[in-house]
Amino acid sequence: MSEVIKIATRESYGNALKELGAEYPNLVVLDADLAAATKTGVFKKAFPERHIDCGIAECNMMGIAAGLSLTGLIPFASSFAMFAAGRAFEQVRNSIGYPHLNVKIGATHAGITVGEDGASHQCNEDIALMRTIPGMVVMCPSDDVEAKAAVRAAVEYVGPVYIRFGRAAVPVINDRPDYKFEIGKGVLLREGKDVTIVATGICVDSALTAAEMLAADGISAEVINIHTIKPLDEDIIVNSAKKTGKVVTVEEHSVIGGLGSAVCDALCAKHPVPVKKLGMQDVFGESGSAAALVEKYKLDGKGVYGDVKAFLGK
Amino acid sequence: MTNLELQKMANEVRKGIVTATHAAKCGHPGGSLSAADIYTYLYFEEMNIDPKNPKMENRDRFVLSKGHTAPGLYATLANRGYFPVEDLTTLRKLGSYLQGHPCLQHVPGVDMSSGSLGQGISAAVGMALGARMQGKDYRVYTLIGDGESEEGQVWEACMFAGHRKLDNLCVILDYNGLQIDGKLEDVCSAEPFEDKFKAFRFHVINIDAHDFDQIRAAFKEARETKGQPTVIIAHSLKGKGVSFMEGSIEWHGKAPNDEQYAIAMADLEKVGEALCQK
Repeated sequence: MSEVIKIATRESYGNALKELGAEYPNLVVLDADLAAATKTGVFKKAFPERHIDCGIAECNMMGIAAGLSLTGLIPFASSFAMFAAGRAFEQVRNSIGYPHLNVKIGATHAGITVGEDGASHQCNEDIALMRTIPGMVVMCPSDDVEAKAAVRAAVEYVGPVYIRFGRAAVPVINDRPDYKFEIGKGVLLREGKDVTIVATGICVDSALTAAEMLAADGISAEVINIHTIKPLDEDIIVNSAKKTGKVVTVEEHSVIGGLGSAVCDALCAKHPVPVKKLGMQDVFGESGSAAALVEKYKLDGKGVYGDVKAFLGK
Repeated sequence: MTNLELQKMANEVRKGIVTATHAAKCGHPGGSLSAADIYTYLYFEEMNIDPKNPKMENRDRFVLSKGHTAPGLYATLANRGYFPVEDLTTLRKLGSYLQGHPCLQHVPGVDMSSGSLGQGISAAVGMALGARMQGKDYRVYTLIGDGESEEGQVWEACMFAGHRKLDNLCVILDYNGLQIDGKLEDVCSAEPFEDKFKAFRFHVINIDAHDFDQIRAAFKEARETKGQPTVIIAHSLKGKGVSFMEGSIEWHGKAPNDEQYAIAMADLEKVGEALCQK
């Protein structure tokens, strides 16, 4: 087996911006004093005249991004998810979402894998917040390949987009020649018949690992990667639920309002089946290494495996 | 336009404000009336715009940061020819394009959706920066409220504009001294305004918001000011032009009833007749 390559999706974000900056002269990047952490520094180095540091003022940054977009530029407003979706929620809603402006929000350091900084900086609510805004596209890529593809898709799409990236290095799982990214299209990664595991972001890898472990126990799990939470690929989820009759969702996010809720919304309306939502169970995170936290909150392969088995009563 | 022509037009704008809020049975006449002369000067004299081509690429931009005074903006846009004056009576009604607060996608001539205080000025700053980054010479104007200036975001935007030396940006502060809960000085005054704007590296001009000589001179000075943004602190009278609304907090967000509407229109007709005698 070849060695697993690990890259943080925030790195992918910066690298994608740098690549796209050469193709799109109207692409500009905004930061709120976190360019070193959001990894947009590589864009800043390549295109200093197109990087705008707004200082530590995220609400104003969102408004400036809105104004820039109205002059024909394609702004990527970057910050930690906590501040982009949390602090600046109302600015994103009223200055970007309501006028449906062509602003892209690159939110890094999402979820508990922020690690040592602790709960104040671990945003487990951003997907919930962003998906309530009419017309907002919400993406949560699972690895380097998908993150870069998502950034490119965001540039090509006209309208507001929120993309969620992580701080910690995660395995590259989509590096295959036939990989294709389309906004709003889920990806069937593994076929199964006993249970469907729907995952997003870094939890896609955990779901694949769990499926392997379940297979060893004779349980056949289907794994679906939902990189776009809004608009949601309801067909792929409903079709799988019809086949397996049981669905587990996994996300590095609160079980309230995120992927799990979106999946339940779709299934309630189209094909109700029992659903188990894995993620942050209405609790704040805490300090610790990303790996230790993922293990504690049972979002690694082993954790997902155990919870799926319990859900199936096996 | 001459001052007299501007005064006549501002009077028409005021009639539009009163008519629209009366028809809507709600809305914000007080702060619309206090800024009527500023709106009029911007759209009839100062800004490079074309009502037949509202999205003209190199037009000057205006962001109404104190978005609740949309009746003032709408009445001005209608009189300028962006849409029929008769449509003002559809304000705030279901199905009307004249939404309660300015909406970019629905109202011709509106350059940015606004209404949540503190946000419009940031978008205006972004537009000014975007113009400069792309070598465009259009200017960006934004009208903020004195009460609105209690929002921290106003000062975040000012800090950025001053830091970036955005001399293509002109902020107008409608300083009528009243907000919903009372006088600014009783609620939570952001005074001293002049010192604050100077501290954020703005060029500051104080004017009487209802004197077209002073308005004209201030916008000229703003255009000629290089290396820093300008703020025009426009000292105004809330409800200006309607006898019973002048200086009254009550008329911040309340519409005139039929009787009050008749008095208000009579007030404005009288002003209009007097102007015609000049």
